[in-house]
Amino acid sequence: MLRFVIRRLLLLVPILLGLSILVFAWIRALPGGPAEALLGERLTPESRAQVEEQYGLNDPVYVQYWRYFKTTVVDRDLGTSITTRRAISDELKERFPATIELAVGAMLFAMTVGIPLGYFAAKKYGGTFDHASLLISLLGVSIPIFFLAILLKYIFAIKLGLLPTVGRQSVLIDTPHPTNFYILDAILAGDPEALWDCIKHLILPAIALGSIPLAIVARITRAATLDVQNEDYVRTARAKGLSPRAVDLRHIFRNAMLPIATIVGLQTGLLLSGAVLTETVFAWPGIGTWLVEAIDNRNYPVLQGGILFISLVFVLVNLIVDVSYALINPRIRVS
Amino acid sequence: MGKSRWLLLLVAALALALGGCGGDDGDDEAGGGDGGESGGTLVFAGASDPVALDGALVSDGESIRVITQLFETLIGLKPGTTELEPALATEWEVNDDATVFTFTLREGVKFHDGTDFNAEAVCFNFDRWYNFKGPLQNPSASYYWQSFFGGFAKNESEDLSPSLFKSCEAQDDTTAVLTLTKPSASMLGALTQQAFSIASPKALEEFEADAGTVDEETGFKPTGTFGTEHPIGTGPFKFESWTRGDRLVLSRYDDYWGEKAKLDEVIIRPIGDNAARLQALQNDEIQGYDLVEPQDVPTIEGDENLKIIERPAFNVAYVTINQAQKPMDKLEVRQAVAYGLDREAVVNNFYGGRGVVATQMMPPEVMGYADDVTEYTYDPEKSKELLQKAGLTLPVPIDFWYPTDVSRPYMPDPKRNFEALAASLNKAGFKVTAHSAPWSPDYLGRVDEGTAGHLNLIGWTGDFADPDNFIGVFFQSFSPQFGFRNPELFNLLDQGEAEADEAKREEIYQQANRLIMDFLPAVPYAHSKPALGFRADVDGYIASPTTNESFATVSIGGGE
Repeated sequence: MLRFVIRRLLLLVPILLGLSILVFAWIRALPGGPAEALLGERLTPESRAQVEEQYGLNDPVYVQYWRYFKTTVVDRDLGTSITTRRAISDELKERFPATIELAVGAMLFAMTVGIPLGYFAAKKYGGTFDHASLLISLLGVSIPIFFLAILLKYIFAIKLGLLPTVGRQSVLIDTPHPTNFYILDAILAGDPEALWDCIKHLILPAIALGSIPLAIVARITRAATLDVQNEDYVRTARAKGLSPRAVDLRHIFRNAMLPIATIVGLQTGLLLSGAVLTETVFAWPGIGTWLVEAIDNRNYPVLQGGILFISLVFVLVNLIVDVSYALINPRIRVS
Repeated sequence: MGKSRWLLLLVAALALALGGCGGDDGDDEAGGGDGGESGGTLVFAGASDPVALDGALVSDGESIRVITQLFETLIGLKPGTTELEPALATEWEVNDDATVFTFTLREGVKFHDGTDFNAEAVCFNFDRWYNFKGPLQNPSASYYWQSFFGGFAKNESEDLSPSLFKSCEAQDDTTAVLTLTKPSASMLGALTQQAFSIASPKALEEFEADAGTVDEETGFKPTGTFGTEHPIGTGPFKFESWTRGDRLVLSRYDDYWGEKAKLDEVIIRPIGDNAARLQALQNDEIQGYDLVEPQDVPTIEGDENLKIIERPAFNVAYVTINQAQKPMDKLEVRQAVAYGLDREAVVNNFYGGRGVVATQMMPPEVMGYADDVTEYTYDPEKSKELLQKAGLTLPVPIDFWYPTDVSRPYMPDPKRNFEALAASLNKAGFKVTAHSAPWSPDYLGRVDEGTAGHLNLIGWTGDFADPDNFIGVFFQSFSPQFGFRNPELFNLLDQGEAEADEAKREEIYQQANRLIMDFLPAVPYAHSKPALGFRADVDGYIASPTTNESFATVSIGGGE
């Protein structure tokens, strides 16, 4: 097992190296540069020349790449954002926790609703509940997140006045943010009002973002449960005289968890790369909007540092999924 | 069945909890004080986080919005107008040459850190800007200094021109004298910009406003905390705190020299998406926001809890004519373009009732506006005549560019504008080939380089209330965008910039506007009035054409 993990971690090196070259080449290949974003209509040939000089964009490509490589790997400095003039590592420290909170919230929603939904759909195979769950899954996948988000805000915030529409916390509540996980910060500050406020702000975005994973988890759970239900060992367990509940828990549910765990892991990895639409509609300051704005602004350092970081996260999450897979299923551990 | 019952219970509990706590929206509402006279917190949404709170080193609107509350300039503008009025300077004198400007400064003014405002502080600031080095000389940092004064004490790039600024002298505590190297009558107007606001010298030094690391790869990164934690000025609000992506908090400065702010606190929060801003306003999570989309204006006006405040037009939307692309070098062809654009239709349909047809390349609010320029009402037959007179066979093929992925205050819907204008040109003897590119950086780059076809859609929002900031910027010298050389026009605009006498200056610019509308380097088509949205009980916000808008006069709660 340890060897397995180490081997996978070592693979990270060529992956990240290759990615850095790809990302670097791709964004440099895009026409235009940061000058237009920085100056807008005020752009003149002279001012553009000066901006390009400042950011070393007139040097040959390999020189620029080497500078980037040296800064990132040797100096361990992810660089400075061209538009905000802040260290990219600082921006990551603010944005990534926001994305993690949103991703965890969305997956929690997807799992707490999706797994029971799929499980009972399988148990009541062919019945009304099963068909209803199919409908819900279809809706979850088909409704554009953007539309769902605005709709949820309209109903629950504007019409019913139950929840807020934007941000991670009410501006009238002040708590320190040592970790940038707002919910955790509220707990650390021992402030129940702030904690409840942060949770309220997370509910609608989590539902909007979790709608697609919900659909997927529900369908996979249903399929996995149906699959397992008809296995020999389940029939044996029932024949042995085990109570239905014991059969459910110990045999059906536990074995169905394998594909579900994989899906949950993959979905979480995806969500951690940023959820642009949800972040935009809820003004949630996560990685998604950060990167999309960086593309428009040709903010090379942010793109290079940010995309590399996300790739790292994605690879690690997949590694965790694989390891947990082996943990759940002893047969894989042995091989 | 245990699981499902448990699940049901959970859902029921959640619903109850939400319902119970939903009743009081109290914590998301910023209320007024007693009777709306004073106190309270206003939450305003900007489109993004500011970059820094250092007027000399930024050019983005959100930074400037906050800087306007914290800092002041020597000369101010009468709220809502482009008229100059005393601010930190109570009087000023200009010599006949328009090269020496003597300012009498206001007494008894203190910075937020308790230090005195005086002539020494003024010269400290001007000298700081004049002596910028290294990355601070880049237009991405000191755009406004360069735009007006040109270069610095020691130019490090050959793209910088010799500086217009010569010196600042503190003759005594209340007299500061600015000397220029060449005459410039637009300096008074230029000084109203936030880039020239006066900061506390003590804070500038203590918090290392100019310090930063420079790396060829990563550019300039400020290491001082002046612009991020200690933006100390003389304005009616002072800085409290700033959490990126969340909020920027300002509080009333009780030792302000003028009329104290009514609000206790102003909180600015960044919300990038227009629909999100509107919903936040409807939900009273914010009490105001800027740049309302035209399609949202009727929604806000139709809601009795909300209202629209209009900002006077200070922009111009125009069609560039690139004379380097034949046959645009022929006057008749340019005239044909002018007669072939149905500008009224565009303004009436795509500006949400907030646009007016432009007759010249600057809005009526700016001095030098001429009422008698040549006007071009839509006349497709006349266009065809002119094209034939120019010896061309109809239809004349032209490339017409427009930007995508963008909405500008002067051009809320570029595609719609384009489609209407192209259709009218097609009826006027032209054959339009459409081209488009994403606004930034592709489209902007092309327009600037002159590779965006014969015609393209673009516009300009003024920086400060001076004709030089409109037509001087466009036409004072050769630019690839317009592709022409017209010494008569260049000289006229040079003259206008140098003329110290107000009345004579106005005449010169009026003449320039007439000349421009006869020469037709571009065809202006709209001025728009951007709209701000507020809760109905927010009073006292005065919209300014140059976006010099203070929250000091704002109060909430009309007292019902």
